[in-house]
Amino acid sequence: MSDTALPPPARRVAFPPNWPARISLLALAGYVVYASSILDITWTRFVAGFGHGARFISRMFPPNVAPDKLELLTGGMIESLQIAIVATVVGVLLALPLGLAAARNLSPWPLAWASRALIALFRTFHPVIVAILFVKAVGFGALAGMLALIVASLGFLSKLVAEAVEEMSMKQVEAVRATGSPFLSLVIMGVLPQVMPRFIGFAAYQLDSNLRNSALVGLVGGGGIGATLFTAFQRFDYDFVLTIVLAIIAVVMVGEIISGWMRRLFQ
Amino acid sequence: MDASTAFKPAAPDAVDRALTISHLHKEYRTGHPVLKDISLKVEGRGMTAIIGPSGTGKSTLVRCINRLVDPTSGEIHFRGQDLARLEGRALRIARRRIGMVFQEYNLVERLSVIENVLCGRLGYVPVWRAWLRKFPAEDVDRAFQLLDAVGLGDFATQRADQLSGGQRQRVGIARALMQEPDLVLADEPTSSLDPKTSVEIMELIARRAGERDIPVIVNIHNVALAQRFADRIVGMSKGEIVFDGPPRALEEQHLLAIYGGEGWLE
Repeated sequence: MSDTALPPPARRVAFPPNWPARISLLALAGYVVYASSILDITWTRFVAGFGHGARFISRMFPPNVAPDKLELLTGGMIESLQIAIVATVVGVLLALPLGLAAARNLSPWPLAWASRALIALFRTFHPVIVAILFVKAVGFGALAGMLALIVASLGFLSKLVAEAVEEMSMKQVEAVRATGSPFLSLVIMGVLPQVMPRFIGFAAYQLDSNLRNSALVGLVGGGGIGATLFTAFQRFDYDFVLTIVLAIIAVVMVGEIISGWMRRLFQ
Repeated sequence: MDASTAFKPAAPDAVDRALTISHLHKEYRTGHPVLKDISLKVEGRGMTAIIGPSGTGKSTLVRCINRLVDPTSGEIHFRGQDLARLEGRALRIARRRIGMVFQEYNLVERLSVIENVLCGRLGYVPVWRAWLRKFPAEDVDRAFQLLDAVGLGDFATQRADQLSGGQRQRVGIARALMQEPDLVLADEPTSSLDPKTSVEIMELIARRAGERDIPVIVNIHNVALAQRFADRIVGMSKGEIVFDGPPRALEEQHLLAIYGGEGWLE
C-alpha cells in the first residue's frame, strides 16, 4: 500500500522527560536534607540512644507476672475490649443510616451534602485527639475512650457505606423502584443486599482497628489497658510494661483472626 | 401521521386498562428532544410492539409511563389518572399496578429467586414484612405458582446470580406478574438473549399476560419477533411515531422510514 512509499519518519520520543516531576523530586530531596539538619539529628545522639534503648529493654526482662499486676492487666484489658466492642457496634448501627444519607445516588442533595460534611468532620481528627476532647468533656475513663472510638468508627464506616452505595448497580434498584416499593423497602430489598457483604467486611476491619485504638485512647485518659500502660510507664515498671505490651499483641492478633473469619463467613 | 389518525380520546373509565399518551415531550438536555409530541392510545389488551433504531426514544417512552423517567411535558392517562403528574405516594401506588421487564433483567443479584419474585409485592406489603421476609402466605403461594408458570419452580431458593440469562428473564417476568399489574412494560426483554431463548421469552410474556388479559407494551429491536408476537406495531424514528398498524401492514417502505438507509434490508 501507500505507506511503503513514505519516507522514514523522524525518530519519535516514546518517553518524553517529565521536568515538573524531576524538579519536584529534587526539591523534596533538598527539603529532607534541610529539615534533618535543623532537627539536631546527630550521630552522637543516635549512638547514645542505642545505649538508652538497650538499658530500657534489659530492664523489661523478665516480664512481671505478679498476681496483683496480672489483676491490673486483666481489668484494663477487659475494659479495653468493652470499649472496642461497644464502640464498633454503636458505630455500625449509626453508620448505616448516615452512610445511606450521604450516598448521592439515593438521597436528595441537601441531605447528602450535610451528611458528607458531618462525616468529613468525624474524620478530620485522629482518634487520640478526639479522645483528648472527650476526656476534657466527660472526664477520665472508659466513657471518653468509647465516645472517641464511636466517632472514629462512624467516620470510617459511613464513608465506606456511602461509597459502596454509590458504586452499586442502579439497575437492580430501578427494578425494585418500578414495583412501587416505598423507600425503606427499596433500601431493604434493593440496596442492602448489594452493600451488606462489603459492609460486614468493613465492620470486621473496624473491630480490629478499635481493638488497637482502644489501647491508644487510654494513653490520653480514655480508660482501658492504655491507662494501665501509661501508669506503668510513669512508675518505671518496665517489666510490667512488657507484660502489657505482650498482652496487647496477643489480643490484637486474636482480633485479627476473628475479623478475618467474620469476613469469610459473610462473603 | 398514522399515530394521530389512530388516536382517539379515552373513555373516562377508571377500571379500563387502556393507556392514552398525549403530546408527550421529553428533553434530557434543553433543545435536544428525545420524544417529540408523542400521542398514542394503547388498548387495554394485547401486545403492542415499539420498534425503531437505537437512541430513538423507545426506552424513554416506556420509562415515562412508569416514571422511571420524568417527561418534560404531556399527559399519560391510565386508570383515570395522569401518570405524568403523580408524585410521592400516589406515584408508588400507580407504579405497583405497572409491571416492568428489563433488558438486563435487573434482578437483585444477591437475593434468592423467590425473594426477587416477592419484590413484586413491595408496593403492597408494609416495610417490616419486607425486612423480616414475613410476606403474607398467599403472596408466597402465588410467588411459587408464578415460578412454576415460568418453569423455575425448582430454583426458588437459589441466588439470582446463579441463573442463566433466559432463566433470569423468566424471574423478571414472574416479578412483573407478581404485582398483579394492569399493564406490563417490557424494555428490550430479549436483546441480551440468544435467538431461541428470545422466542421463548416473548412466547412466555405473550401467553402469561394474554391469559390474564393484561396489555403489554414492548420495546424490541427484532422486527421479526415483533411481527410474530405483537398485535400492533408502532414504529419510531428520531423521537416521532412514523408507523402504527397491524404487523402484516408493516412493509419494506415502512422499515426504510423507521430505520433509514437501505443496504441492510438486502
